Amino acid sequence: MTRAVDTPPALAVEDLRTAFFTDAGRLDVVDGVSLTLRRGEILGLVGESGSGKTMTGFSITGLIEPPGRIVGGSVKLAGEELVGADRARLRALRGRRIAMVFQDPMMTLNPVLRIETQMTDALLAHASMSRAAARAKVRDALAEVGIAAPDERLRAYPHELSGGMRQRVAIAIALLHEPDVVIADEPTTALDVTIQGQILALVQRLCRERGTGLVWITHDLAVVAGIADRIAVMYAGRIVEEGPVDDVLDRPAHPYTRGLIASVPVPGRRERLPQVPGRMPSLLELPPGCAFAPRCAQAAEACRARPDLLPVGPARAARCHFPLVETEAAR
Amino acid sequence: MVGFIARRLVQSLFVLFVMTLIVFFGVNVIGNPVYIFASSECNQACVNGIIADLGLDRPVWEQYFVFVGNALSGDLGNSFTFGVPAMSLIWERLPATLELAFAALVIALGLGLPLGILAGLRPDAISSRLIMGVSTLGFSVPVFWIGLILIMVFSVQLGWLPSIGRGDTVSILGLEASFLTLDGLSHLLMPAFTLSLFMLAMVIRLTRAGMREVLHADYVKFARANGISETRILSVHVMKNILIPIVTVLGMEFGGVIAFAVVTESIFSWPGVGKMLIDAIAVLDRPLIVAYLVFVVFMFVIINLLVDILYSVLDPRVRLGGGAR
Repeated sequence: MTRAVDTPPALAVEDLRTAFFTDAGRLDVVDGVSLTLRRGEILGLVGESGSGKTMTGFSITGLIEPPGRIVGGSVKLAGEELVGADRARLRALRGRRIAMVFQDPMMTLNPVLRIETQMTDALLAHASMSRAAARAKVRDALAEVGIAAPDERLRAYPHELSGGMRQRVAIAIALLHEPDVVIADEPTTALDVTIQGQILALVQRLCRERGTGLVWITHDLAVVAGIADRIAVMYAGRIVEEGPVDDVLDRPAHPYTRGLIASVPVPGRRERLPQVPGRMPSLLELPPGCAFAPRCAQAAEACRARPDLLPVGPARAARCHFPLVETEAAR
Repeated sequence: MVGFIARRLVQSLFVLFVMTLIVFFGVNVIGNPVYIFASSECNQACVNGIIADLGLDRPVWEQYFVFVGNALSGDLGNSFTFGVPAMSLIWERLPATLELAFAALVIALGLGLPLGILAGLRPDAISSRLIMGVSTLGFSVPVFWIGLILIMVFSVQLGWLPSIGRGDTVSILGLEASFLTLDGLSHLLMPAFTLSLFMLAMVIRLTRAGMREVLHADYVKFARANGISETRILSVHVMKNILIPIVTVLGMEFGGVIAFAVVTESIFSWPGVGKMLIDAIAVLDRPLIVAYLVFVVFMFVIINLLVDILYSVLDPRVRLGGGAR
């Protein structure tokens, strides 16, 4: 993450910390996350359930709800600080400069409002124009995400559309104002594989065309391999590895990343898939050092101390005392 | 839609049939009304004359067939006590009750929705706990007690509000209405509030429960992520969702409020149908009781129908009668 960038980053997250204060204790769901996203870049944020990737997304957009709150760090959207910004300012930025697409298209759209109402509301939240002009604009937006007969769909309610079509609507809404950054939280997980491919290609194309920076949150490495420029792997609220997607997937530096890659099924091979042993520890009882140490085959005494995210190669970093790749550039 | 309405009406005819059967024979078993309203000078021959005059000397089943025959031609019989058509008595008294019931509904929604939203937005705040505590009282404290306490405080102690009657009324479209005059409004306030308490408590609780659920829905978060203003999210995106259960429950409750505003009308001497029903039962005025209950069943059918239609307007996933798809 110490890489020099030519253009000012669309999104710069620095040591972001979000905690939930529950009766059981304090949960550090986002524990010092740093990310940089350039315009037009696609970053795959990968991790298993509970790794904090979704909470990272919500923290960036300021949508963390009690009992959770951001306890530290910085989120800069094209240079503007979002942590600590007042509600009105955040509202003015959300949807216009930074947008989100959620996981489950069945739940993202309001079941009792017409598509038109939901889209024009999102449009008029940041633009003043007549209802007729707004309608024309959202119809074009629907056509752009590949929805046939947009006029008809505008009058529809969400339950009258398929899951893939609903996700297209959600994407159209997110891209209405051509934001600098879109955070997509597992938007294809709930969809059929064929639809998944279409949605991936659609989002990729639209973001490239408009220079939108995209954070694609997923647990699916295959998806990341297909869409992302860079990848960040999260574990227990921390980023454990980060780098260009091909480098990381070909030569993972962190044992956890290697375990994740090994557990992806490969077509044509029928042997038993290796798994990462054990499961992610509860955030309430994290080991003091490396959070992955209890599941790591190569854990040693040193792993009782918390490792830092250190460079392991060109534009790469890993949070491990014994990274699997060590190049001269790093040492 | 048309098929749905037709089916509903046919069902209600069956309900009507069973209801009239029960009431007709039930009231007959309780006693002979003639002994109640015949004057003390009336000897047995005079009483027999009245009985024959009213047709009560005939077997009950025969009386019932006469009643059904007349009812089918729209005649529900004359009141024993007043000697005029029972329905005309009901129509005469109904506007007062309707006004009271609608005023109660307005109070329940006008006060209940904002309070419920407040309690739902900040569930842990002191004000929210207070609202919920008071709403529990609305459920559990009997209406007559609240009515009496209101009278004691606002009429007797403070002398702010009158406790009896409708006050000055204004005629609109041939109906007398209290709420258009200041005097009438002051008469309406206490009985309407008393009558609304149960509905009010229910609206508060339903609104709060709906808020708690809907506010955490993904679509609300998505709306926020799109920068839609909080006012718009609450008043449209959230409200339309939480109105669905409220409409359902209030619809069921509202029929009951109109039909059985008896207690409130008695306490405040409100000249409505509830008071009339109590008087009719006291003298076993069978035609009036039956006519009133027939009317109540019809009203319930109509209200339920309206609720179902409103429901399908609020919730696009509901299609009436499975006709559309």
